[in-house]
Amino acid sequence: MNAKGKVFKYPDNVDTDVIIPARYLNTQDAKELSLHCMEDIDPSFIRKAAPGDIIAAGWNFGCGSSREHAPLVLKTCGVGCVIARSFARIFYRNAINIGLPILECEEAAEEIREGDEVSVDFDTGVITDLTTQKTYAAQPFPEFIQKIIQSGGLLKSLKEPDTSRDGESQRGEA
Amino acid sequence: MPGQLISAKLDVVLGNDITTPVAVREFEKAGFDRLFDPDRITIVLDHFVPNKDIKAAEQSRLCREFARAHGIRHFYDVGQMGIEHALLPEKGIVTAGDCIIGADSHTCTYGALGAFSTGVGSTDMAAGMATGTAWFKVPSAIQVRLKGKLPDNCSGKDVILTLIGRIGVDGALYKSIEFSGEGICGLSMDDRFCICNMAVEAGAKNGIFPVDERTMAYMEGRTERPPVIYAPDEDAEYDEIIELDLSAVVPVAACPHLPENIRPVSELHHIRVDQVVIGSCTNGRLEDMEAAYKVLRGRRVAEGVRCIIIPATMDIVKKCVQRGWYTAFLDAGAVVSTPTCGPCLGGYMGVLAAKERCLSTTNRNFVGRMGHVESEVYLASPLTAAATALTGYITEYREDFE
Repeated sequence: MNAKGKVFKYPDNVDTDVIIPARYLNTQDAKELSLHCMEDIDPSFIRKAAPGDIIAAGWNFGCGSSREHAPLVLKTCGVGCVIARSFARIFYRNAINIGLPILECEEAAEEIREGDEVSVDFDTGVITDLTTQKTYAAQPFPEFIQKIIQSGGLLKSLKEPDTSRDGESQRGEA
Repeated sequence: MPGQLISAKLDVVLGNDITTPVAVREFEKAGFDRLFDPDRITIVLDHFVPNKDIKAAEQSRLCREFARAHGIRHFYDVGQMGIEHALLPEKGIVTAGDCIIGADSHTCTYGALGAFSTGVGSTDMAAGMATGTAWFKVPSAIQVRLKGKLPDNCSGKDVILTLIGRIGVDGALYKSIEFSGEGICGLSMDDRFCICNMAVEAGAKNGIFPVDERTMAYMEGRTERPPVIYAPDEDAEYDEIIELDLSAVVPVAACPHLPENIRPVSELHHIRVDQVVIGSCTNGRLEDMEAAYKVLRGRRVAEGVRCIIIPATMDIVKKCVQRGWYTAFLDAGAVVSTPTCGPCLGGYMGVLAAKERCLSTTNRNFVGRMGHVESEVYLASPLTAAATALTGYITEYREDFE
């Protein structure tokens, strides 16, 4: 699985209130919600973003409210991947559970610039900035989480034969 | 072992009127048709009720129909509802030793009872409802050692804001915050609920207090299941140990636009406000109402300030009425609302216009959190909020307050 697109760059502590403001949460319709994606931090996002585009952000991306509507609107807008220095834990879980690709990579999140063309190889965790020709290695997911992603989300993975959840200590937060 | 991935059995799975509809959709879409145990599921309509508009009403209806169809006993609608994180402990739905997930980030509140309790999303809620389990990565922990006694004009809110100011909004990212030390015995249950409530604002997976006599007294006659008491191992290892002297805490406020932007209230006296909100899952409990009453009784809210008071549960509303606090709030020129999360997340019942400023006892002051992106939110304790309502400027409450 791969993603390729241009980069939208955001700072530290992007919270779920700016990703999808609560004033729109009176519906669960993903299409309708997605019209307001990133509205309170970047009103032009919805106009400029194309399917496959990539978000690069600082520390603690997705902090605040547990609303799953946040990763959902990003996915619905066609965001190919969110690369951040770190993710808030509920956002991290939600993204994996619903199948929004995310990668934790400090160096890439810091160095990649707004508008760069970037490709991501999810099998290897390699991020390539095609504009600067620089490559980065993201933290791979623990095997258990990879299985959820490969199944197409948590609920689908639950319907599959049981897999050992008692893996050894691996990086990847939840 | 920290880092280990585990599947844990759940004692309670919680959702509200914003997150439950998404969970129901996912639950049904995945082909589940049965709850693992209807008595372990709790649904509280609290964010946009009494419904703010037609769409919100549809969301509530969906929750109501799901609860009825699946025989969910712990379903709380208008008339019985309260703000979920005040309601569940009050009703005894959660108890010490429980493992709880809730599709609401402030589910970490129940750590005050000595439970492991954490916020998740709607898909986790759906999976929890279907299987009674959730996957976790065992967190490492930060120990916060409390000593001394809080000054009279400070409360749990000043403690947790001070801590967040020290470690930052991701200072406990992915970790558990364990409170310990002799300072705990002087903290009321309402203080402890408030402190654990905002653990998530430091990025934490959960906050947790040890169970003491005060916890036991609170749970006595309340909880459905017997409490199970866990204590940290003698040789437990921590990523970090933080000492916090409660006697040195001063009234503080979190300035826009992050809960870590902490300043002493005494340095903010020049800042004028348009609105004051006293309520929420953080500070809508009885002691918070009492603090507001103590300051507002016999006084008047400053001209040009809108003071909105929201007791968190119907039981708290009733006590405010019985004790004459409700009348005192009205006499002071405040309004009192039925329980709702409304203004905290810019939903309704106190949404801010551009350039407006609110001092609120809620938990987040992000850009646009309570309304327009150019509005501002300062977070503080109920005592500070009530004093601010009287002067129209951010104000520290003192015993000799006039």
